[in-house]
Amino acid sequence: MSGPLLEIKGLTISFGGLVAVDGVDLSVNTGEIVGLIGPNGAGKTTVFNCISRFYEPQRGTIRFKDRDITRARSHEIIRFGIARTFQNVELCRSMTTLENLLVGEHTVVRGGAIRDGLRLPGVGADEARATARADEMLDVLGLTAHRDSVVSTLPFRLQKLVELGRALVSHPALLLLDEPTAGADHRESQGLADLIRRMRERFDLSVLVVEHDMSFVMGLCDRLYVLDFGRRIATGAPADVRRNPAVIEAYLGEPEPQVSDA
Amino acid sequence: MGRWLRTRGRAVAPYGLGLGAVLVIPAVLGVIPGVAPGYVLYLVSLALIYAVVAIGLGILIGHTGQISLGHAGFFAIGAYTSALLTLRLGLPFVVAVLVAGSVSAAIGFLLGLPALRLSGPYLAVATLGFGLAIPQLVVWQGSWTGGSSGLHGLPLASLPLGAFTIVFRTDQDYYYLAAAVLIVLTIFARNVVTSHTGRAFVAIRDSEIAARAMGVDLVRYKTTAFALSALYAGIAGGLYAHLLHGISPEDFTVLLSVDFLTMIVLGGLGSVGGALSGALLLTFLQNALTRLPVVHDFKNLYIVVLGAILILTIAFLPHGLAGVMRSVRQRWAARVRDGAPRVDQIVELGEGSGVR
Repeated sequence: MSGPLLEIKGLTISFGGLVAVDGVDLSVNTGEIVGLIGPNGAGKTTVFNCISRFYEPQRGTIRFKDRDITRARSHEIIRFGIARTFQNVELCRSMTTLENLLVGEHTVVRGGAIRDGLRLPGVGADEARATARADEMLDVLGLTAHRDSVVSTLPFRLQKLVELGRALVSHPALLLLDEPTAGADHRESQGLADLIRRMRERFDLSVLVVEHDMSFVMGLCDRLYVLDFGRRIATGAPADVRRNPAVIEAYLGEPEPQVSDA
Repeated sequence: MGRWLRTRGRAVAPYGLGLGAVLVIPAVLGVIPGVAPGYVLYLVSLALIYAVVAIGLGILIGHTGQISLGHAGFFAIGAYTSALLTLRLGLPFVVAVLVAGSVSAAIGFLLGLPALRLSGPYLAVATLGFGLAIPQLVVWQGSWTGGSSGLHGLPLASLPLGAFTIVFRTDQDYYYLAAAVLIVLTIFARNVVTSHTGRAFVAIRDSEIAARAMGVDLVRYKTTAFALSALYAGIAGGLYAHLLHGISPEDFTVLLSVDFLTMIVLGGLGSVGGALSGALLLTFLQNALTRLPVVHDFKNLYIVVLGAILILTIAFLPHGLAGVMRSVRQRWAARVRDGAPRVDQIVELGEGSGVR
């Protein structure tokens, strides 16, 4: 593979005249953890939704593993190796933790209503393997105690973790994390940063993360992109971005930012 | 199968209840003839046939979260296909019922396509229109469907087994046939909803966004759910036609679609066993109401009662009979284990679980 794992060029999308993302270039190299930051409404989640193919960009291309996925269908994306989490948690609320992870393995397990209904040979073994993989992931994330709890009964912080597990269990090459620290305190955020780094080592993962918590992003990411009003206003190493005057003015609003709750 | 029953303890109760009922009723009514008069057996057969529809509809509404107010249409398609094939073409009963199921499934698949763009009340209206249209089409095509007077004199149901042919002559024979079909289709539905396919269905119901992001092809799984539930309704329609030996368009009104909906709401959405219990209960209730001496001239009493059941169930038993069974069982299990219910179990009672 030549070039970056994920390469976005000139991504543009508008909603009813409002340009949400305006000609954004962005790339993620294999093994990198890249942060996408910016004030509310800057278009960060919109970029995610374009990569996930929930939104139809008007212009621009999205390439993943040298393949143009700009016009792919949303359910194909995880098959290509891109899994994601959601800002406000999109779990299957009535299911248990284990069942949610099994849904995460949807593309890994063979399907077919007739095959399942008749319990043809192999269905039981497939289910057992899928359950074993899910259990292993629960163990890695320390969720084993909540394995059979219905996820809507779990605290928000744990729901975020279940969502992370559901995204990881298909062993994606690229993980899109939408505000992973939401609902976590400072100490938990640091734990989460460690966890994401560990996951990168363990699963050869690359990560693109949207985040508000500046200290989290600064400590975790190899590179940052800063969006403001849909445009990319800065990019580079966290230390450089932090000193960039345009960033300070647009996003941080103060000369020496530590934590932002914007 | 066995592993699922063990590892998913909370899923067993309503299923065990339904399957138990199917097994206990033959023991009671079949083994002791004379206790059960013919019309009771006929009524039970009817209830079992409706239960087949209810289980299929449960997969669509309860598990996949796609409403249908037109399942009487699929039931009619199955009934007419099967009746026409046996009457006009002289095809064997078994072949006719299987074709009836397949035709209904194919039309279910087609109806599933517009359903991809509709949801909630819009889908309800679209499927309602479908259910209304089918009997009208039957009347319109009267030259070969028998019009509003219907089709009559259907041959006895029979099952060729090598050199022998089992002919289902009596109400008791037909009851066994209906029970056998129901058991097979219950197990099939149970297998589907507790597996990969069933998880995809529930994922769509819980969050289409999450389902898509996890790789669930909405087109494929929504049309599959429609086709599957139409298959059940079609097979049941075929059985129904041969139980009555005759059918007419007025057997398949919108009221019947509402019946089916009430069965699964009363039984508990998302529960195969619930659909079964709901069907049995409502069929007997309807019959009992028409036999009440005081109100036998109030023909539409059943409609009033049906509406009341729907409203009361939704208001007070959101998880239906299956939910009641589950909470009783969980309370009992908790009391046995540690003397008092745990908080998370109480919370779970209110939530209901996903794939059952």
